[in-house]
Amino acid sequence: MTTVGGQTVVRRKLAINRLRERRPVEPAVIDRFLARHEVPIVEGARCTFLFRGAAGEVHLVHQIFGLPGRIPLRQVPGTDLWYLVLELPDRSRVEYQLEVSRDGRSERINDPLNPHLAHSPLGSSSVCFAHGYEVPEWTKPDPDSRPGSLTEFTVASRALRRDAKVTLYLPARFRRAARYPLLIVHDGSDYLRYAAASTVLDNLIHRLDVAEIVAAFVDPGDRLTEYANSAAHARYLTAELVPRLEAEFPLAGTPAARCLMGASFGAVASLATAYRYPDVYGSLLLQSGSFVFTDIGNDHRGGPAFEPVVRFVNRYRAGPRRVADRLFVSCGVYEPLIIRNRSMVPTFESAGMTVRYVEARDGHSWENWRDRLREGLSWIFPGPQKFFYE
Amino acid sequence: MRVTLLGPQRRPTIDTVAASLPPREPIATITAGWQEREGDDAELAKLLGSRDVNLLLHQRWLDVAERDPQYAAGERTAGEIIDELQALYLLRLDHTLQAVYEVQRRSGSDRLRASVLAESLAAVQELDAAHLHRVSQVRLEFYARLRPHDRPVIAEHRAEVAQVLAGAAALVVAGGHVGVLTDVLHLFNVAAALRSPVIAWSAGAMALAERIVLFHDRSAHGPGHPEVYTSGLSLVRGMVPLPHARARLLLDDAPRMAVFARRFAPARCVLLENGTRLDIDDGNWPPATRVLTEDGHVTTLEAA
Repeated sequence: MTTVGGQTVVRRKLAINRLRERRPVEPAVIDRFLARHEVPIVEGARCTFLFRGAAGEVHLVHQIFGLPGRIPLRQVPGTDLWYLVLELPDRSRVEYQLEVSRDGRSERINDPLNPHLAHSPLGSSSVCFAHGYEVPEWTKPDPDSRPGSLTEFTVASRALRRDAKVTLYLPARFRRAARYPLLIVHDGSDYLRYAAASTVLDNLIHRLDVAEIVAAFVDPGDRLTEYANSAAHARYLTAELVPRLEAEFPLAGTPAARCLMGASFGAVASLATAYRYPDVYGSLLLQSGSFVFTDIGNDHRGGPAFEPVVRFVNRYRAGPRRVADRLFVSCGVYEPLIIRNRSMVPTFESAGMTVRYVEARDGHSWENWRDRLREGLSWIFPGPQKFFYE
Repeated sequence: MRVTLLGPQRRPTIDTVAASLPPREPIATITAGWQEREGDDAELAKLLGSRDVNLLLHQRWLDVAERDPQYAAGERTAGEIIDELQALYLLRLDHTLQAVYEVQRRSGSDRLRASVLAESLAAVQELDAAHLHRVSQVRLEFYARLRPHDRPVIAEHRAEVAQVLAGAAALVVAGGHVGVLTDVLHLFNVAAALRSPVIAWSAGAMALAERIVLFHDRSAHGPGHPEVYTSGLSLVRGMVPLPHARARLLLDDAPRMAVFARRFAPARCVLLENGTRLDIDDGNWPPATRVLTEDGHVTTLEAA
């Protein structure tokens, strides 16, 4: 029992503590306990992570900026059950793994007690949905939403000196007589696979949140080269891809109707492309941009891949330039890039651009980027909802 | 002219209004706001006792686009100019309205703040008026250049529409896309051909006002600014109709609603919710009409 604002509040003990108080904690009791609870156990702000099995040590490993990267689980005495209670703010979404050490060896595994997984090009990890987090329903297939079409084609790019694959999304009810805005999505295949981009577009267009748009999903060759302020990449998009799309499809063909989008290095590629071609793209949608910079010295701690990024971002910060009219910038507060992204907002604004900046209690993950798409896309290409009064 | 404005028709009340009309005479309907679903009006027809004649204005507009490509091209160009004007207006509106809200929130002398707030609101009103004027100019230039009344395809459709309206007991205008609806109402000169009472709801009600104000406080990217869009038919004067007000507006945010009401004054912001029925005769509104007050609350006209 505790007192909050003069009122007595009865706080129920955490499930794990009620279990620990039992003596002895027989294996069958643990069986029943695990059968009764979803793991991690979310009780208000407190999340209990569990592992059951023979181990010398068990750690929670994660990328939550601000917490130690490895947090030990404690063993319930006399049992093979391990636990850790973490306080996670409302609506948080946290990806993690468990590091299990036994016989002098360690392995990282997804939480065997938690069925929720997040996927990325680097593999999968377990996900903890803190109190209040819900997977947005507009990210799931909706039978009422008419699906757009996805077709692949290849651009023989002279700028990139390779064949570049493009997956083109055309909205349902696509009409040649109409004029569509164009969204170019970096890491396109990953957005389609890990952020359900096609489903999200179908749903947001169907719900009138987002205008009917054409989206070109592009993929990098050598990502760390092409997306790190590459002149060749910017030329490919601007001098090869956009003109071809505007010649072949009924696109509006104005800066206001063109947007570059990307996450992480893809956000750098978007900004760098608009920087090189400042009159072409009206909007940028930048998610968890890898905008690593230094204020003094060269110690950016990003490794060699970040060298060209740091040079570009430092140059940009030294002389901010208007590269588009409107920027939607988002970042997860649990990712190390949060401070970089926050720092870029006044820099962008100082260049006279309209910036919408959004933070989420999430990490550097595809599902974070997926969950922000409604807010970002509906701001950049608002749907006709304001016109509909049924 | 008698005008009846109704609340949204998810739970229909149009049947009771239709029952009071002279029997056996046809009722003209406009469902152009439904766009390509314009013809899916079986439910409406049933509510009107199957004596409806749909004017099919959206279909007529498509026919004009197909048979008169010169007009269609001109219309598209004018539309693009208006879209751009709207975007520029929204840019200015954002800054101007933000200033209003900031003055409203500012601490300090109430007397000074009140007069500065009034000036800030006047700046928004000026901007709204200037925008509406610009949009009207674009339309007037377009009409002067393309002369729709002289174009055979449009003239043919206008004549057919006028003929139906001449023999109708009433005109019913449903909701949908208010922009599309207003465009076709203007294109086929519906206001000039009206001889009978008009019954309208949702976008239909908005299209009858002098100016169309778009509003959506619950959009995916947060509350949007109410924006003046274009001129309506002016069959209802001194009113900004607000269909689905509870669902679309932050009615509990009194300071925000106060700005809404004061910005459009002397016109009254009128809530058209489920079950609403406003019978307007010679410009007289029922005392129970629910309006936004200048302090941002909802009350009836008689209590305001």
